[in-house]
Amino acid sequence: MQTTLTVNGHTRSVDHDPRTTLLDALRDSLRLTGTKKGCDHGQCGACTVLVNGRRINACLTLAAMHDGDEITTIEGLGEPGALSPLQQAFVSCDGYQCGFCTSGQIMSATGMLEELARGDPSHASPDLAQVSADDAEIAERMSGNLCRCAAYPFIREAISLGAKGERS
Amino acid sequence: MRAFDYTRAESLDQAAAALDPAASVIAGGTNLLDLMKLQVMTPERVVDITRLPGLDAIEPEGEGLRLGALVRNSDLAADPRIRARYPLLSRALLSGASGQIRNKATTGGNLLQRTRCPYFYDPAMACSKREPGAGCAAQGGVGRMLAIFGTSDACLAAHPSDMAVALRALDAEVEVRSRDGGLRRLALDELYRLPGDRPDLETTLAADDLITAVILPAPVAGSVQAYRKLRDRASYAFALVSVAAVIRMDQGRIGQAALAFGGVAPRPWRDAGLEAMLHGKTPDEALFREVAQRLTADPAPNPDTEFKRPLLRRTLVAVLREATGLAQPSIGTDATKDAA
Ligand SMILES: Cc1cc2nc3c(=O)[nH]c(=O)nc-3n(C[C@H](O)[C@H](O)[C@H](O)COP(=O)(O)OP(=O)(O)OC[C@H]3O[C@@H](n4cnc5c(N)ncnc54)[C@H](O)[C@@H]3O)c2cc1C
Ligand code: FES
Ligand code: FES
Repeated sequence: MQTTLTVNGHTRSVDHDPRTTLLDALRDSLRLTGTKKGCDHGQCGACTVLVNGRRINACLTLAAMHDGDEITTIEGLGEPGALSPLQQAFVSCDGYQCGFCTSGQIMSATGMLEELARGDPSHASPDLAQVSADDAEIAERMSGNLCRCAAYPFIREAISLGAKGERS
Repeated sequence: MRAFDYTRAESLDQAAAALDPAASVIAGGTNLLDLMKLQVMTPERVVDITRLPGLDAIEPEGEGLRLGALVRNSDLAADPRIRARYPLLSRALLSGASGQIRNKATTGGNLLQRTRCPYFYDPAMACSKREPGAGCAAQGGVGRMLAIFGTSDACLAAHPSDMAVALRALDAEVEVRSRDGGLRRLALDELYRLPGDRPDLETTLAADDLITAVILPAPVAGSVQAYRKLRDRASYAFALVSVAAVIRMDQGRIGQAALAFGGVAPRPWRDAGLEAMLHGKTPDEALFREVAQRLTADPAPNPDTEFKRPLLRRTLVAVLREATGLAQPSIGTDATKDAA
């Protein structure tokens, strides 16, 4: 079957089996291998992309369900020499070790900062009506992204730093 | 994943017409695709309902709200009306899964997500939920996630949804559309079946029924709502036990109490007898312990889940204290010890 996706601003047509996940369409058909496959079951966040601006796990959705949707992957956020503030912050803060979870972390943080800016609450918000962006909030909101190297302290630091840049 | 035909439904009629026991609806897909990859679910046809118009709104319904079946879990948790009037529901949703999954998961899909019993998840193990009559490897097996109430010799599986536990305490109803277009409303206890000798029959829905909405009645005026979830890690994990409470105080006494329990039964568990024990009473540590004892009077069906009884007791007592404003006894006093 045929599905048309707008990936990082470019319209791409993919010919695929109905079983193809969005993750496999991105990696195998479109050769955008910055998005990683960790668990393939929604348990690690390595495959996080933005669909119409919202972060989701690309492994738990079918490519066919996204006909006409706008997809942003790590390749679409920035590139060497023109990194997004979050990408730059991960470099500056050493927010990784092996780097396998990193594109998922950065995509997830990009979507998460939008959610924070909208005032969406989290499990860590003491008050559902008023939301702040402290370390506990960031940890909770990023719990869908595992890091086997446990670079968590630097990841949180990178997100706090990147958040300042994303806002300005 | 087994091969399947994919159809995108343009209308509810078209979706219903495409459904039969060999077909599955896909909404967020976060549970269905997980299970299809493991070949625990092997539909021949997958019917995508995500583009159906009119199912993704939260609208006033009488004094309450109508939550469309396609409303995303994250949108529901963040809706200002839900945050202000049904904080229990926001809290339960936010305690579940991850930011990414909540952005995809829908109200209807969350209600119908399947159990996380490890034996259901492993096609090499005997499971009467997957294969009627095959037996139940969880009996005498290992598993911290199994149920302690409402089980049978054929099934120990627990319902995993946090949202459903909150909805049970809030007396929500599920709106179901049958193939002929007729609508009916089911309380959660009418939607979910207990396993008995047919654990494969999890709900009272027909194969071509669709969930179109959840109806929330007006919240109990002046009530305190609370949700507490205990799990093996601080986030991104299913409940070992959870307690949802809606309590209205009336001149220092408990005027009304609704209590629902998660992680412990094949459906959100509620026990009217417990609530009756609380009505009209002054908040009191001994009373709360008596209620908790009564809830967990029977031994767990599998020794692996024995720990859930004291855990649930302590959680319930803590939630009752919090919701009624009873002070927590100071550490080291007799009242902090669990009478196990
Ligand atoms: C890693 C991980 C962690 C998780 N942790 C939690 C947690 O802590 N707490 C929790 O509560 N949940 C948790 N979840 C589960 C998550 O909440 C569910 O996967 C999600 O709510 C399912 O919604 P969906 O729209 O994606 O459903 P789908 O996968 O699309 O569908 C689920 C089922 O419902 C049926 N269905 C869907 N919509 C309808 C409809 N309108 N009418 C009729 N049938 C329908 C489908 O046919 C399917 O059988 C977790 C999931 C993952 C992957
Ligand atoms: S690969 Fe998608 S969550 Fe792990
Ligand atoms: S840096 Fe290695 S998994 Fe995160």
